[in-house]
Amino acid sequence: MEIRENLKYLESHEWVEICGNVARIGITDYAQNELGDIVFVELPAVGESVVADKEFANVESVKAVSPVNSPVSGKIIAVNGALEDAPEMINDDAFDAWFVEVEITALSDKLLDAAAYEKICK
Amino acid sequence: MASYVPHTPADRAIMLEKIGVEKISDLFDVPKGCEADLRLEKGKSPLEVERLIAALGAKNKVFDTVFLGAGAYNHYIPPVVRELASREEFVTAYTPYQAEMSQGILQSIFEYQTAICNLTGMDASNASHYDGATATADGILMCMGNKSKAVVSDGLNPEYKRVIETYLVPHGIEVVYAPLRNGVTDEDALKELIDSEVGAVCIAQPNYFGLIEDAGKIGKIAHDGGAKFVMACYPVALGILRTPGECDADVATGEGQSLGLPLAFGGPYLGLLACKENMMRKLTGRIVGETVDHDGRTAYVLTLQAREQHIRREKSTSSICSNEALCALTSAIYLSATGKEGIKEVALQCASKAHYMAEEISRIKGFGLKYKGEFFNEFVTESDVDTSKIVDKLQKHGILAGLPLNGRDMLWCVTEMNTKAEIDNAVRILREEL
Amino acid sequence: MLIFDKSVEGRRAVTLPECDVKEYSFDKKYLRETPAVLPEVAEVDLVRHYIGLSRKCVGVDNVFYPLGSCTMKYNPKLNEVIARNPAFTNLHPLQPESTVQGALEVMYETQKILAEITGMDEISLEPAAGAHGEYTSLQIIRKYHLSRGDGKRNKIIVPDSAHGTNPASAAMCGFEIINVKSDKRGNVDIKALKESVGDDTAALMLTNPNTLGLLDEHILKITSVVHKAGGLVYYDGANLNAVMGVIRPGDLGFDVVHLNLHKTFSTPHGGGGPGSGAIGCKKKLVQFMPDPAVVRVRNRYRFAERENSIGKVKAFYGNFLVVLRAYAYLLTLGKEGIREASENAVLNANYLRVLLEPYFKTAYSRTCMHEFVLSLEKFHDETGVSAMDVAKALIDKGIHPPTMYFPLIVHEALMFEPTETESRETLEACRDVMREIYEEAKSNPDAVKACPASTPISRPDEVLAARKPKVRKQ
Repeated sequence: MEIRENLKYLESHEWVEICGNVARIGITDYAQNELGDIVFVELPAVGESVVADKEFANVESVKAVSPVNSPVSGKIIAVNGALEDAPEMINDDAFDAWFVEVEITALSDKLLDAAAYEKICK
Repeated sequence: MASYVPHTPADRAIMLEKIGVEKISDLFDVPKGCEADLRLEKGKSPLEVERLIAALGAKNKVFDTVFLGAGAYNHYIPPVVRELASREEFVTAYTPYQAEMSQGILQSIFEYQTAICNLTGMDASNASHYDGATATADGILMCMGNKSKAVVSDGLNPEYKRVIETYLVPHGIEVVYAPLRNGVTDEDALKELIDSEVGAVCIAQPNYFGLIEDAGKIGKIAHDGGAKFVMACYPVALGILRTPGECDADVATGEGQSLGLPLAFGGPYLGLLACKENMMRKLTGRIVGETVDHDGRTAYVLTLQAREQHIRREKSTSSICSNEALCALTSAIYLSATGKEGIKEVALQCASKAHYMAEEISRIKGFGLKYKGEFFNEFVTESDVDTSKIVDKLQKHGILAGLPLNGRDMLWCVTEMNTKAEIDNAVRILREEL
Repeated sequence: MLIFDKSVEGRRAVTLPECDVKEYSFDKKYLRETPAVLPEVAEVDLVRHYIGLSRKCVGVDNVFYPLGSCTMKYNPKLNEVIARNPAFTNLHPLQPESTVQGALEVMYETQKILAEITGMDEISLEPAAGAHGEYTSLQIIRKYHLSRGDGKRNKIIVPDSAHGTNPASAAMCGFEIINVKSDKRGNVDIKALKESVGDDTAALMLTNPNTLGLLDEHILKITSVVHKAGGLVYYDGANLNAVMGVIRPGDLGFDVVHLNLHKTFSTPHGGGGPGSGAIGCKKKLVQFMPDPAVVRVRNRYRFAERENSIGKVKAFYGNFLVVLRAYAYLLTLGKEGIREASENAVLNANYLRVLLEPYFKTAYSRTCMHEFVLSLEKFHDETGVSAMDVAKALIDKGIHPPTMYFPLIVHEALMFEPTETESRETLEACRDVMREIYEEAKSNPDAVKACPASTPISRPDEVLAARKPKVRKQ
C-alpha cells in the first residue's frame, strides 16, 4: 500500500493535494484496494460547491457504492472527466487519478498527515 | 384437503428426533395469547377447486368482438408465443442471480432489451417494469434531478395520471397538466407552462383519445425550456409511427401488454422503460449486460447493479426488485414471431380497420368524430344517443363497445382482431337499433 | 447466438389474415423513417431458439432451490391450468362490472382469506410485487400521519438485517432512514430501538421472522415501543411462510403488512416476475389504501373509490392472474393446510440446519424458523474457499445455490430456505453434497474455486460488464 508524504488525508480515505488556494482530491491507494475493481465514478460538475467532510462523488464497484467526501470546502474548478470512461485508472494509480480540483474557501478541521493516516490503515 | 408437503408420519418422526424436539410446535416460540386459530374453511381437493373456480369463470362474460381499448388491447397472440413462454424452466425460476445457470433467461432479457431499443429508437432498456403507468412515473422521476415540476399532457390515460401523481407527490414534485386543444397537447399553452423548475415534459403517443401528437415539436419545446422529454408509447403503433428516438425523446415508456400478453383483467402486464445512452445509469430496475466468462465465451449478467436497492439501499432511486420478467420474455418471443415485417403489418391493419370503422360510424346520422386530427387505432365519437345505451345494446349482440367517456363521447378501439364483418355488424346496430 | 443473428430477410413465423378493408395510408410525416430491426425467423427456428434458451436455465421444476428469503416452493400445476382459463385471461379490465362478477368474486374472496391469515381488516391486491407493496404501505403511513396534522414524522426505522427494498421504498416516499442494530441473538436491540424512536418516528419496518430466519423474541415489546412513540409498525411479509396459521401479524400489533403471493402462496416467480405484493391494513388505515377497493353490495361485486386514498399505484387492479393462482392455492390448502405448510417449512429448515451443522457454522445457534444463515467466515479463513465458491460448487452438483452474502450483517453468509415442499431425501441429498464440497474445500480448494464446470459458461466477468456496459445488440 502506498501513502504519499506530501498529501493530507481524511479518515474516510480521501487524499488532498493543496497548491496555493487550489485543492486536488482523490481516493487513496488503500481505498481502491478495499473497493476492488472500480466500475464507475459519479462526478459533480464544474461550478458546483463542495463542503468539507461532506459527500461530493460516488465510486462504484460491482457490489458496492461508496461515497467520496471532500477534504475542503469551495467551488469545483475542474473535473477529471477521463475517470468516467476509464474508472480503472483509479485502481492503476489512485494518487494519479484525481477526481476534482477545488478553489478552497476552507479546509476540513479533520485533515490528517501521512503518518496519522497510515495508522488508520493498519 | 390437498397438500404439497411430501412427508409421511415416519419422515416427521425421524426429522424431529434428529432436531431434538418432540413435536413441531416445539420449534415455535409463540408469544402467549397470540396463537392463531384461522376462521377458514377446510381445504378442498384439486378437482373441487378446479370446478369451483370454473364456476366463477362462468360468471364472467367473454366477448367475441371487442372494441374496447383505453390502455389494454385485444391483439392476436400466436400459439407459439404462449407455448414457448410456458416452459417450466422459465416459469418456475427465480431472478437470474446465478448467471452460470441462468444464461437462458439472461439472454432472453438481453434480446428483449435489444428489441425494445430497436422498436423505440432508444439506446438502453431495463429488463421490465410493473406496467406502463409505473414505468412512466419512474421515467419522469429519472429526469427530475433537483427540479420541482413535471409537466404532463392532459392527453395521458387517466390511470397513468393518477399513478404519476402518487409517485411524484412524496418527492415534493408538482404535477402540472398541459391542456389539450382539438384533442392534442396545446403547444402554445405548453410553452407557457415551462420554466426553469420543470424537469420533464411527458406526453402519450398516440394519446388517450387515439390521436397522434406532434411529438417532435413537443420534444423541442421541452428541450428549449431545459426540460427532458418523456414519451409514453403504444408499442404496436411504433411498428409504423415515428419513434421516440426520432422525436428526440430522452425516455420512452409504454405498456407492453399489446406485445403478446392477454387482457387478463388488467394484469400481469409489462412496463416498458428505455432511455438515451446518457441516462442509462439513471434507469430504474434490472438491466442485463453482455460480457465474457473466464474462458472468453460470450456471457450475460445482471449489470449496473450498483444503481439498485440491494446495494444502494435508501440512496437508490427505486425499490423495484421483482419485475415482470416472464411478461418481458413473452413479448420478446412475440416480437421475434411477428418479426420486422409482421409488426408493421399488425400496426397497419389496426390503423386501416380503425379508419374504416371511424368513417362508417361518422356516416350514421347523429354520430360524428369528435376530433379532426390524425389517429392510430382509437378514436372518439360523439352522438346524442346515450353511451350507456350503446354499451347495453352492443352487449346484447356479444359485442364489447368502446369506453364511454361521458354521456355523449365514446372511445373506440379497433385492432387486427376485428374483421370487416364485425365492424359492419356493429355499425349496423348503431345505425338501425339505436 | 442471439435470435437477431439467426435472422434471414423475408422469413416469418406468423402470418395474419389478409386485411379485409382498404389499407390506410398515413402522411409520411407520421411514419418512422426505418423499420424496427426485429428478427425474421421461421417458426421452427423460433421454437428451437427458445427451447435452447430454456435448457440454459433452471427452475423449481428442475432442481432443489433453497434460495433464502425467496420461498421457492413447488408451484402446483393446478394453479397454472386455472390461470389459463379464457374466462379470466380474455377479460378486458374496463368491461362493465356486470360482466366480470366472477373475477371480482375471486378478488373479494382472496382478500377475505388473506385478511384472516394476517389478522388485518382489509387487503388490497393492487401492488405488483413485494417492493411495490412496501412502497404502497409507506405511502399509506405517510398519508395517515399527514391526515392527523402530524407533519414531522419523517423517519422510518429499519433493522440492519432488513432487505434493501425496505430503505429504498421508504426513501421513495420521502422518508429518512434510521438503522437500528441487532443484538447478539439476532433480535432487534431493544435499547437501541428505544433510543431511535421519538415524535419524528413514522414507522418501524420489520421482517418477522427476520432475515436471519429468527422469530424476534421481543416482538410484542417492539410493537409497543413504537406505538407508544406514536409510530406505526409495518410487517414485511417476505418471510410469512414461517408462521401462516401459527401467528398473525395483526395479533402482534402490526398495523400494515405486505405479502408476496409469488413466495408464500406458491405462484411461480417467472425468472424475476410477475409477482403480487398484496397489502393488508388495520381499520384506521383502510381509508388511505390504494384505489380501487373491491366491495360486495347485496351479492354483487363492484369497484369503489376510497375516501382518502393515496391514489393509484398501478393501472387497473394488480396482477390479477397471479392473484387467481394464489386463490386456487388457498382454497386447496384451507385452514389446516395453511398451517401445515408453515409447520413443515420450519421443520425442513431445522432438519437441514442440523444436518449441515457438523460441517458449516450457523450464524446464530438457535432454533430457526423457515430459513437459516450459515457463516463461512472462519471456513473461508481456513480454506480460502468463500461462500461464493461453495455456491458455485452446488451448481455443479445439481442444487440451486442459497442466497449469498445476505443479510449484510453476517460475513460470508449463505442463507438456506428449503420450503415445505421438499422431501426428507432431498434435504439429506443436500447434506451429502455440502459434505462433499466441505471435504473438497479442505483437500483441493482450487477445484472448488474453479466451479462451476457443468454450466454453459464459467464465472462471468462482471467488472467488464459494468465498466463497459453493453445492454443491447448494436
